[in-house]
Amino acid sequence: MHPASAPSALPSVPPSAPVRLAVNEITKTFPGVTANDRVTMDVRGGEVHALLGENGAGKTTLMNILYGLYQPDAGEIVIDGRAVRIRSPRDAIAHGIGMVPQHFLLVRRHTVAENITLGLAGTRFFLPTRDVERQINAFAERYGLRVDPRAAIWQLSVSEQQRVEILKALLRGAGILILDEPTSVLTPQEATQLFAVLRRMKEEGKSVIFITHKLDEVMAVADRVTVMRKGRVVDTVPVAMTSKSQLARMMVGHDVDFRLPARRPGTGAPALIAEDLWVQSDRGLPAVRGVSVVVHRQEIFGIAGVAGNGQRELVEALTGLRPVDRGRLTLGGRDVSRWSPRAMSKLGVAHIPEERVRMGIVPPMTVTENAILRRYEEPPFSRGPLMDYASATRFAQQLIVEYSIQTPSPRTPARLLSGGNIQKLILARELAHRPDLIIAAHPTYGLDVSTTDRIHRLLLERRDEGAAVLLVSEDLDEIRILADRIGVMYGGELIAVMPAGTDRGTIGLLMAGQRP
Amino acid sequence: MKQVGPFRLDTGEPSGAWTLVVSAAAILAAFVAAGGIFWAYGLNPIHAYAVIVHDTLLAPGAFPEIFRPTIPLLLAGVGLVLAFRAQFYNIGAEGQLLAGTVAATGVALFTPIRGPATLPAMFAAGFVAGALWGLLPSVLKLRLNVNEVITTLMMNYIALYFVSWLVTGPWKGPSVRGFAYTDQFPASAWLPLIPGTRIHWPTLVLGVVLAAAFAVLLARTRLGFAIRVQGENPEAARYVGIDALRTTLLVMLLSGGAAGLAGVGEVAGVHHKLLDPNQVSLGYGYTAIIVAWLARGKPLATLITATLFGLIYSSGDVMQVSLQMPFRVTSVFNGLILFFLIGSERLLAYRIRWAPAGAPASAPASAVAPSPPSGEDP
Ligand SMILES: Nc1ncnc2c1ncn2[C@@H]1O[C@H](COP(=O)(O)OP(=O)(O)OP(=O)(O)O)[C@@H](O)[C@H]1O
Ligand SMILES: [Mg+2]
Repeated sequence: MHPASAPSALPSVPPSAPVRLAVNEITKTFPGVTANDRVTMDVRGGEVHALLGENGAGKTTLMNILYGLYQPDAGEIVIDGRAVRIRSPRDAIAHGIGMVPQHFLLVRRHTVAENITLGLAGTRFFLPTRDVERQINAFAERYGLRVDPRAAIWQLSVSEQQRVEILKALLRGAGILILDEPTSVLTPQEATQLFAVLRRMKEEGKSVIFITHKLDEVMAVADRVTVMRKGRVVDTVPVAMTSKSQLARMMVGHDVDFRLPARRPGTGAPALIAEDLWVQSDRGLPAVRGVSVVVHRQEIFGIAGVAGNGQRELVEALTGLRPVDRGRLTLGGRDVSRWSPRAMSKLGVAHIPEERVRMGIVPPMTVTENAILRRYEEPPFSRGPLMDYASATRFAQQLIVEYSIQTPSPRTPARLLSGGNIQKLILARELAHRPDLIIAAHPTYGLDVSTTDRIHRLLLERRDEGAAVLLVSEDLDEIRILADRIGVMYGGELIAVMPAGTDRGTIGLLMAGQRP
Repeated sequence: MKQVGPFRLDTGEPSGAWTLVVSAAAILAAFVAAGGIFWAYGLNPIHAYAVIVHDTLLAPGAFPEIFRPTIPLLLAGVGLVLAFRAQFYNIGAEGQLLAGTVAATGVALFTPIRGPATLPAMFAAGFVAGALWGLLPSVLKLRLNVNEVITTLMMNYIALYFVSWLVTGPWKGPSVRGFAYTDQFPASAWLPLIPGTRIHWPTLVLGVVLAAAFAVLLARTRLGFAIRVQGENPEAARYVGIDALRTTLLVMLLSGGAAGLAGVGEVAGVHHKLLDPNQVSLGYGYTAIIVAWLARGKPLATLITATLFGLIYSSGDVMQVSLQMPFRVTSVFNGLILFFLIGSERLLAYRIRWAPAGAPASAPASAVAPSPPSGEDP
């Protein structure tokens, strides 16, 4: 769904290119699930190999096995024709496998060079980062991965951190690079840059395994694609010989129709009114600068913008998580400028947060406990001072069925769910109580195509029932499909509000800060 | 991960049984290392342990002695478990315990309350005093972001010197001449003992009840739910609007209060007066940290861990009396156990699996059962 359409299709790999990496009949079970069921696939030299599959299909698990984080129950891994055992990430690196995990593993206070030096073999004892800095600059030049070696990690944007992870893998000599959902944290422009990097790697004969949920990206960068469903490989096909709809069918198991129901015209009374809102960032600088906006009932108001232009602070102010510095916030006729998150939630405000694992769930607690997180102190989940876990479990089971959340049981700790299923759990919890105002930041982040489609339908349904929806997304397509009006944030200001149907180009220019 | 003979080392979730095995092995290793101390004292370690086992467990009247130190360790430990679950690193049980002794002494000696109401009043006062002693660090943490490890620790010294000052100054008993004591408590302020032992049973019952109550609190109540959310992911707690100040204050009230009760037990059940702080509490508040840490977040597990350390304290007595070693050797024991336990922590991430060499990567019959999804089992 990105404008990822690469300027020119990549030269596809000759089918004769040698196989670098093969997995044969890999099986991995966890209590209650078979995450990988006799998985067989191979990756050639100089190939970008996409891995596609529904949430919980077992993609991350397979990659964790290749990177030595999990041991398979059965099956073998063959690298350059030799069967190998990969017992740890160190083994994986020794075999030339690098991985950019979905949640980065960088030391936030250290610099780029220090992070890359950590665990790098053969560095000098004294001032090891000096040499490394030189190497970083050389690699950055070669692959177009611009990053300042002396910057501290916490100062970097997500996409820059991703570049550091890629550089880290390349400097350790990775010939096979695994990227787990790299684009879900990137803006479309950044994704395009990433694809250029992948292209460069490919030209050097390196192999890339690329996990994504976005079919456009598969079509744009991959040479071949392996589709997984419920732990098994459905098939591996050359991208040139397939289509988006065929891939979707392979992934889901039946035909899919992603056309959304027609927009019902007309909106209701004003629900949320923000007047000249000013909000500070964590560093105490004004992040939201005088935003005024009205979101009506039966309306989806989309906010487009490149990350870091005040969207996060705006959302947090609207949900009571961040104090409003100046200005007024009215909801359903009441002044809620100083309300707490709990009071806002009681008033019927749902919040789908941007950072799902950091904020949206309590990872070690069970699916049931996470399902009632929002309403744990209301009946039927608690009566007086006591919790009623029986009705909580019933509620969780209902959500699991209704939203097809894949989990061995409601008693499973939430952190063991796959990325997409965690997001489904959050959505289910937030939307279950028919909220009047839905504030959704990147609601379909990490979701597979059919789940994304279901969430879109759900948001439209709630809208038609009378809810007001504020949708923050970097995915222009998502905003254009769903929003009745589109606002663009830049530098903390809402610089334009446009009707649905505004073309991408206009929005894109505004996002880059070109005021109308 | 690694193949050792027919076994394979694997990583995974630590199961309850595995945690127990590793912890027991660590404690055993600590005892072996402690054998070196006996040896350094010119004692045969095996003989020394034989004496200790006999004198703490087998000798007539010895066994109940274990429970005297167990009582304060249990009460303080169970409170710390609660605080640790809320990610509040309360190092101040010692001070909270001493605050309890002061309040109980105040009630016993300086109020007109007499008769059957005395002991309940002392316990109530001790609980409140311990709770208040824990309150200041929690407010400082939540309002000004002051590290609670430092403040709770410092509050211990304030309590210590306060008690010293009381017993040498204003509260020094007129009838005790040169000693730094208060007067002895009236009989109504003495806790009853289990006949034939020196166990002040009401405090022990209180400890067991509190352990059960805190287990229920965590597993079954709304406050317990909030405590766990706050402890496991403060960011999520903020997101759903759990009031961190309120939750932490309540936790610290209960945690400090429990330590305060332990203090009441010591003065009303053992000493019957307030005296030098180092004699009232033999470092119970600090050992309780290990007790709580070993219990790994489970209040009921403190019943076992507190008894274990009760045993170590009573071996300290034995070493002093029968082996002529200083009582402080128990601190060395505690230190060694803690050292080995922390060292063993990494092992918890591994599991040993049966994987004969013939079939290196085939489906293993797990030797240690994988853990069930860890819910909240009281
Ligand atoms: N450590 C674990 N313990 C138990 N179950 C696990 C563990 N890791 C993964 N699973 C389960 O294995 C299945 C596959 O998960 P995996 O993370 O591989 O999915 P995925 O294809 O990456 O999905 P997504 O697109 O949502 O990220 C899921 O049902 C998940 O709950
Ligand atoms: Mg995944």
